[in-house]
Amino acid sequence: MEKILEVRDLHVTFHTYAGEVQAVRGVNFEVGKGEAIGIVGESGCGKSVTAQSILKLLPQPPVQYKQGSILFNGQDLLKKSEKEMEKVRGKEISMIFQDPMTSLNPTMTVGKQIAEGLTKHHKMSAAAAHKRAVELLEMVGIPQPERRVNQYPHEFSGGMRQRAMIAIALACQPQLLIADEPTTALDVTIQAQILELMKELQKKLGTSIILITHDLGVVADMCERVIVMYAGKVVESGTVDEIFYNPQHPYTKGLLRSVPRLDQNRNEPLTPIYGTPPDLLKPPAGCGYAARCESAMRVCQLYDPKLDMVRSNHQSACWLHHPLAQGKTGS
Amino acid sequence: MLRFTLKRLGWALLTLWMVITLTFVLMHSIPGNPFAKEGKMPPGVFENLMRYYHLDEPLYVQYGLYLKSLLQFDFGPSIKSSTLTVNDYIREGFPVSLHLGLQALIIGVTLGIIFGVFAALYHNRYPDYLSMVLAIIGLSVPNFILATVFINYVAVEWGLLPPAQWGTWKHTILPSLALAAMPMAFTARLMRSSMLEVLSQDYVKTAKAKGIAKSMVILKHTIRNAILPIVTVLGVIATNLVTGSFVIEHIFGIPGMGEMFVKGIFNRDYPVILGSTVFYSAVLIFLTFVIDVLYTWIDPRIKVTGGE
Ligand SMILES: Nc1ncnc2c1ncn2[C@@H]1O[C@H](COP(=O)(O)OP(=O)(O)OP(=O)(O)O)[C@@H](O)[C@H]1O
Ligand SMILES: [Mg+2]
Repeated sequence: MEKILEVRDLHVTFHTYAGEVQAVRGVNFEVGKGEAIGIVGESGCGKSVTAQSILKLLPQPPVQYKQGSILFNGQDLLKKSEKEMEKVRGKEISMIFQDPMTSLNPTMTVGKQIAEGLTKHHKMSAAAAHKRAVELLEMVGIPQPERRVNQYPHEFSGGMRQRAMIAIALACQPQLLIADEPTTALDVTIQAQILELMKELQKKLGTSIILITHDLGVVADMCERVIVMYAGKVVESGTVDEIFYNPQHPYTKGLLRSVPRLDQNRNEPLTPIYGTPPDLLKPPAGCGYAARCESAMRVCQLYDPKLDMVRSNHQSACWLHHPLAQGKTGS
Repeated sequence: MLRFTLKRLGWALLTLWMVITLTFVLMHSIPGNPFAKEGKMPPGVFENLMRYYHLDEPLYVQYGLYLKSLLQFDFGPSIKSSTLTVNDYIREGFPVSLHLGLQALIIGVTLGIIFGVFAALYHNRYPDYLSMVLAIIGLSVPNFILATVFINYVAVEWGLLPPAQWGTWKHTILPSLALAAMPMAFTARLMRSSMLEVLSQDYVKTAKAKGIAKSMVILKHTIRNAILPIVTVLGVIATNLVTGSFVIEHIFGIPGMGEMFVKGIFNRDYPVILGSTVFYSAVLIFLTFVIDVLYTWIDPRIKVTGGE
């Protein structure tokens, strides 16, 4: 499949008074044209930092892109100037944020907020952009778009605001849409509607999607491939089927065990992952998960495992896959 | 909007009436009378004066008389001046104070907003430190010191502008600047913190993610939102400025309203004290109303509750 985005060995740090927080420590993944991938992992593992690095949205300082490259259609975004990035943001790559209640400007009409990108990137006149904003609102399923377009965000419900955010993001028909927990702040029925809408629009417009979420169910529903992140690194990646039915990394297995399933006996307890992720101010030399891992070996404390192919379309970073560790397979 | 206005008008009148009553009671509860400083005078003359100004009547009658004349927009005569009424004072003093105050307001708030915005954009860097040092100076150096410094250097030593008096636009510059320092400093600090808060909002990130240039993001998505707290305090700042500053008007020899108020208190000139207090309150109430209307215009969320 033709690749649209390749993230190679990305390192991102925050300079703080306490020291350098290594939020992302060597992330590798790629997104194909028209493909939807999911990024999962517990809170603080660097999902949002990775996503916002792609658009270079994080303020520098305190953020520094230490190492690596982000190739978008072959061009390294990390090497682009701020002016060049403005031509990518919103036009080639768009982003939707977690909380629709705070991600729209309260003092500007929804229509104007949609039109902004159109006047900037497509040099549309104000009238043409307004007309297009109405069409976009209609496309994302907002009733009475002619009236709604002139309303302010506070006149919209949470679900409608997220629809409006999607309209903003898709206004210039970007090739890649990054959605950072787009449904976390919404209630369940609205969640399903928003996901349905994203799926439908993806099919219609052929946009590639990076979907960040805590919710493994959402990933199974929306994505073809999954990337599991832990402590600023990718620990496992593969197709949805591989990750869900044949997880290799102990962290992924733990993650899957901690989610309730319908076919599970009600009396069978859920298994949480005990402990907390490492402090990214002083990340461990070895595997980030070693301290919490049931099958940790001595090598895990000392050396960091590489992300290795366990099968075609499935990679995992764990010393247990090493030939010398065979037979010691973890739970 | 009409209902909103009428309701506000009702509240304004009630507030004004309370201010009048309170000032009236307080003023008369201070011992002494307006003629205490005149030295000895024959008892007959004193009684005549008291009768002429209705000061011999019981308080409630005086109160009633005062309210009655106020309803006719008559603030009464000045006891100290045999020819001028309080209305004359206001008519002559207010335009001068208003002119000076507006000029100071515009200079102070504009510069304050600019400094505040830059301080926030360069948070914890030199422009930030510089603005905040300026702000602290503005807040802590009293304006009469600034005024004397200005007069000494700009007017006397360098001879660029007239040192005092009121007349041409050149006369207005130094007093306006001296008067603007405090609101400038205050606005700069407020704008800085408000701007910092807005800059960290998600919608600023959304705007950036749309590919809008940084300068446009700041102009269209942050300043308008950050300015709301400034608008809130603008009413009080504006009232203080346009009703005149005794100190500045005194130093520069400006015939404004501030002088009249303070002299009125010293002279126990009852109608002047009452008149200026009522006038001051009326200006404050009016400006607060204007600010509220302005507010609904800047922040669309307020219309919903304010309009109904
Ligand atoms: N402004 C900041 N200053 C310092 N460290 C930060 C800052 N923002 C994020 N980090 C660090 O970066 C790491 C990754 O954060 P990130 O927001 O990417 O997590 P996440 O995976 O998106 O979590 P969540 O699921 O809660 O959104 C965190 O451990 C956090 O400590
Ligand atoms: Mg996040």
